[in-house]
Amino acid sequence: MTAEIGHFALILALLVAVVQATVPLIGAHKGRQAWMAVARPAAITQFGLLAVAFGCLMQLYITSDFSVLNVVMNSHTDKPLLYKIAGVWGNHEGSLLLWVLILSLFGSAVAVFGANLPPGLRARALAVQAMIAVGFYLFMLLTSNPFERVFPVPINGRDLNPLLQDPGLAIHPPMLYLGYVGFSMAFSFAIAALIEGRVDAAWARWVRPWTLAAWCFLTGGIALGSWWAYYELGWGGWWFWDPVENASFMPWLAGTALLHSSTVVEKRDTLKGWTILLAIIAFSLSLLGTFLVRSGVLTSVHAFATDPARGVFILGLLIVVIGGSLALFAWRGPALVSTGLFKPVSREGALLFNNLVLATAAAAVLLGTLYPLLLDAIGGGKVSVGPPFFNTVFIPLMIPMIIAMAIGPILSWKRADLMTAVNKLWLALLAALVAMAVVSVLRSEGPLLGIIGIGLAAWLGAGTLIELTGRIRLFRAPLGESLGRLRGMPRAAWGMTLGHLGLAIAIAGMTGAGAWKVESIQSMKPGETVQVAGYDFAFEGVKSSQGPNYSIVEGTFNVTQNGKPVVTLNAEKRVYNVSSRPTTEAGIHTMFTGDLYAVIGDEEDNGGYVTRLYFNPLVVWMWAGVLLMMFAGTLSLTDRRHRVGAPKKHQPSAATAPAGA
Amino acid sequence: MNRIWIHLIAAAILASSAPAWAVNPDEVLSDPLLELRAREISKGLRCLVCQNQSIDDSDADLAKDLRVLVRERLVAGDSDSTVLEYVVSRYGDFVLLKPPFKGATLVLWLGPLVFVGFGLFAMISFMRRRRTADGFIAPADSKAASRPSSSHAPLTADEQRRIKELLRDDHA
Repeated sequence: MTAEIGHFALILALLVAVVQATVPLIGAHKGRQAWMAVARPAAITQFGLLAVAFGCLMQLYITSDFSVLNVVMNSHTDKPLLYKIAGVWGNHEGSLLLWVLILSLFGSAVAVFGANLPPGLRARALAVQAMIAVGFYLFMLLTSNPFERVFPVPINGRDLNPLLQDPGLAIHPPMLYLGYVGFSMAFSFAIAALIEGRVDAAWARWVRPWTLAAWCFLTGGIALGSWWAYYELGWGGWWFWDPVENASFMPWLAGTALLHSSTVVEKRDTLKGWTILLAIIAFSLSLLGTFLVRSGVLTSVHAFATDPARGVFILGLLIVVIGGSLALFAWRGPALVSTGLFKPVSREGALLFNNLVLATAAAAVLLGTLYPLLLDAIGGGKVSVGPPFFNTVFIPLMIPMIIAMAIGPILSWKRADLMTAVNKLWLALLAALVAMAVVSVLRSEGPLLGIIGIGLAAWLGAGTLIELTGRIRLFRAPLGESLGRLRGMPRAAWGMTLGHLGLAIAIAGMTGAGAWKVESIQSMKPGETVQVAGYDFAFEGVKSSQGPNYSIVEGTFNVTQNGKPVVTLNAEKRVYNVSSRPTTEAGIHTMFTGDLYAVIGDEEDNGGYVTRLYFNPLVVWMWAGVLLMMFAGTLSLTDRRHRVGAPKKHQPSAATAPAGA
Repeated sequence: MNRIWIHLIAAAILASSAPAWAVNPDEVLSDPLLELRAREISKGLRCLVCQNQSIDDSDADLAKDLRVLVRERLVAGDSDSTVLEYVVSRYGDFVLLKPPFKGATLVLWLGPLVFVGFGLFAMISFMRRRRTADGFIAPADSKAASRPSSSHAPLTADEQRRIKELLRDDHA
């Protein structure tokens, strides 16, 4: 019964979405208030129906209802409750349901909080949201129904992939989807603005917080996935340029560009067409990312052919959404009126440069990810595009961007003098040179890229702080005045400063972990000691135990440095009962300078164990930097001007204008 | 969902074989310099039965065979490029994670360059074309704004006044 309720709610949601996609749009076109007013209750109803459908699927998982195919394929009665719940979105059908749930959540947020939006814009944006939803509902109902029954009913399920039974991965997909779907807001507003032919500061102020929220979630989602790979896959890697990683990284790059260009629209009333285009691209890449991961097309082009219904539907949906919105852009984009003027060397110019680099990076990642598929599809042969390609293309792009990132915020709007700005940054240059010198002495045998990376991190970090001191006139005004300015700084400005600082810290971490990792692979018997990067790892032996649905072999390492105890590391190897697949749980001790990382492998014939011991330098900097970036985004989100909202502010000024004129 | 799907597929492929991990102690060469070279080469070679994993990362049997092969060649005295040539001669370009620059990969390698070149060209020509008398750049999408018939005032009175001031400064 529960499955049928869920299925029925999904069908009802489709019908509501069809109404929401058409009636308000016609209403906005003809200026009929009552038709436009349909959008808000419809959006809220959709959310209610999706909540019912999602709740039903969750109930089926919690009660292990094996008459439902989706539950059979992805669950098991012995699985802990957390992973029964996480199993809901740990598969194709369930994750799509989560996707539309989040979409309807955003839609109802516009309906509830969008009271101060112009009614036409709101009606049109909600209609566009509903169009996306219709596509997804149809896809689910026609090809990927999570509520499908199975007969005869099996006695137990096939269990969730052990790698997914992990707290980090339980919340990774919802975070990622909040990011992906969050960009649908920018997209819907962009399409609505194209239909209306108007983009102004009010529009940018409305879109910015949604983009910012989406960006924070996406940043968090990518970082969670990366963190999971780091501690779970057992070789201390954290980024693999894997197609499924790239799928989430491309919208992040485009979204970051959008975040910056929408500032220009809001503050300077220019770059409107480009910002609209970026909003379309960011969401298109989100859609592509969702489907790349979910369709199986990455496995091979032939996976598409084995399940043609899904493949063809996905391709069709992508063509309609991306092609349609780009066509609309080509048609209506030129009507957008910008008024702001600027010189090439100016804040606007720097932001445009940032956009060029980020867009190129996104294009390069897209090309590299899809190239093997495209080449194979046109019969051009098989080719592999892996990490060495991406590093070769991506790193040279990022170097000029990071250099420019310290300069851009110092430039004034409209026109600036490059030499003045560069003169202000001599201290940052000094910091970079000192950092590079120190690193080249400490790590003389390491790669050149390591030295460059640390130099860039120091340059960006110092440059960002110099911008901050300039803003609060530190050392040039009395300290009291500087502190006053510091307190009075708008939260959005803090967001920029902390966000850039976060990236500087993260770059240092990525450089350290990438360039100077120390690895030691060997067979160890209990009682033996191995030295890694100056730390002595003494292998104490193993003990076996039982987890809820897996058996554990746990190896213990006593780590000392110069005879002084540092930490005891416990590295687990788990074998899951149902799938009999092993997973590793690395023993990790995080320090400011790096992580001690131990993995235990198979027992050998001679009674020894294969052990992998690592020192991963500066890894915690990477996570700390990303957390700081997310914090910066959230802080910026709470800026007063996002809450005030431009339309409201506009009304009193319009009212007072005649009196003032 | 990041790496999961690869692992699903890799796991499916490996389901029959006993679990093992990438580079095992018995493979490691005694000469650390040679081993370092072997690791670097391994990172650029694809595990042919996996999804986008290098043989250095993969626990598949075939990856192990290739890792051993690379080490054998290095011990025999081959240079890095000779080893790569040898592996490519046996498995084709598909084995290289950094595809060689040739006809089939022309678009892949030149694509980003063309994109950035086109982007720069668009930026510069947009700045040239839109440059106003005083060196400012008017936005590309402001054609309508400069049209006299447009209902939009390109600048507010206040901005006009400020521009006049700035112009005076420039010519003074």
